[in-house]
Amino acid sequence: MSIAVDHADRVAETTDSRGRLEVRGVSKTFTVNGAPIAALNDVSLTVAPGEFVALLGPSGCGKSTLLRLIAGLDRDYTGRIVQDGNAVTGTSLERGIVFQEPRLFPWATVRQNIALGLKNAPISEAGKREAVAAHIALVGLDGFAEAYPHQLSGGMAQRAAIARGLVNRPRLLLLDEPFGALDALTRARLQTELQRIWAHEKITMILVTHDVDEAVFLGDRVVVLAPRPGRISRIFDVAAARPRARSDDALIRLRNEVLRTLEHDGADDGKAGQSNRSGA
Amino acid sequence: MASETTATSSAAIGLRRGLVLPLLLLVAWEAGSHSGLVNPQFLPPLEKVGQVAWQELANGELPYALAASLKRDLLGFALGAGFGTVVGLLLGLSRIADRIFTTWFNGLKQIALLAWIPLISLWFGFDEAAKVVFIALAAAIPVILNTVEGVRSTSTKLREVGEVFRFSPLQLVWSLYLPAATPSMLTGLHLGLIYAWLATIGAEYFMAAGPGIGGLIISGRERFEMALVMLGIVVVGLVGFVVDRSATWVEHRLVRWRTA
Repeated sequence: MSIAVDHADRVAETTDSRGRLEVRGVSKTFTVNGAPIAALNDVSLTVAPGEFVALLGPSGCGKSTLLRLIAGLDRDYTGRIVQDGNAVTGTSLERGIVFQEPRLFPWATVRQNIALGLKNAPISEAGKREAVAAHIALVGLDGFAEAYPHQLSGGMAQRAAIARGLVNRPRLLLLDEPFGALDALTRARLQTELQRIWAHEKITMILVTHDVDEAVFLGDRVVVLAPRPGRISRIFDVAAARPRARSDDALIRLRNEVLRTLEHDGADDGKAGQSNRSGA
Repeated sequence: MASETTATSSAAIGLRRGLVLPLLLLVAWEAGSHSGLVNPQFLPPLEKVGQVAWQELANGELPYALAASLKRDLLGFALGAGFGTVVGLLLGLSRIADRIFTTWFNGLKQIALLAWIPLISLWFGFDEAAKVVFIALAAAIPVILNTVEGVRSTSTKLREVGEVFRFSPLQLVWSLYLPAATPSMLTGLHLGLIYAWLATIGAEYFMAAGPGIGGLIISGRERFEMALVMLGIVVVGLVGFVVDRSATWVEHRLVRWRTA
């Protein structure tokens, strides 16, 4: 536990306390064939500036829905979402997002796609060019600036999407299963890259995933969601030091514990899960 | 054949195969015309058509007629394509315009093109202006339909990217809807070019006589010069072919991001 506290202190020191997110009592209902379906039920979560939170859960637990609400892409919900004291009422350049698919504009080169993120940024053209070039280098796409999306591999396209999400330096980056469609090797490489970028940029990140290893490897906290209705089942603190190694014993123990929680949630599907916290 | 695997030789094979049918038809034409099975007055032999072509080229009649037709065609196309693009973008982008006009427009496009000629003649006379309006109408219809289709089929996933980056309505149109609709719009313009050329000949047939390939064919019929009629038809086909090929070439150039 003491390691966890130290880690939290370090996070507080190294960031300028921007990128704080509060989710208070958020519920969301979809209507399917005239019948209301509860996608999220009374979800509350506070994310500290510079923190990396992994939202983990089986499909249908509302984790992607929650991310879309935070992004401001869906405004039809009850409850409050507040970033740095401002209520989320729509999309904002303060919040970047990387989707599961790269969603690059197929008619634009990598450079032009990344520059899309700066279209409405209040900086000079020269500043924009510099920022784009810096982010191409950050995600390791040097030499591919003039390539079109159809010329990129899945992993490279997702790197470009990450650069586009980061280029206007949002305080909060939302990642919606960004590596879900990639092969295992590429996924592992990009997870390591993302850890490096997060440490380098010191911005708050919220990652939605259904991959337990990914959540444990990347997150400061792993928030496990349970389905029907989508709700927070349990929150795990991940105290392992960074940069992390996948073979770390503490990580593997935590991973097994998270897996047991997921299995347990699946077993008593429908009943409200216990909400408690556990250190690793 | 197996050894010929390069792109050039397969293109050459394609060309050779493509030429088989037209060459056979020409041989049949020539044979039919000379054998006495067909009255040469109705089917003049090829050398007669060639001779008329040379004569019409030398006296400047053919270039003059072709230039008049092409000028009419391109002017009508430019007007129709411009109008069609604007209308198509409005219908595609504006929900209000869509609700007011789309049903109405879908009704209008059911009216056969040639059925417009009496109306256009009453409104614009029988002269050059009426012909150009008719050609413009022919070109506008596929341009409108394909522009609307292109804008509507823009991916909502990409639209969300624009929303995340706070695109203004103008930025959405310029950076998202227009490029996304470009392939479909080019298809519409391509069809518009073909329709415009068909309408050019139609207008020259059905409206007041004047310089043009259509006029040349009509005068051939009136003087019972079958070779001249044949020449006119061949030229119409050749122009259509060249227009279609050039449009395809330009399309490929402009949407190269699509090809893998």
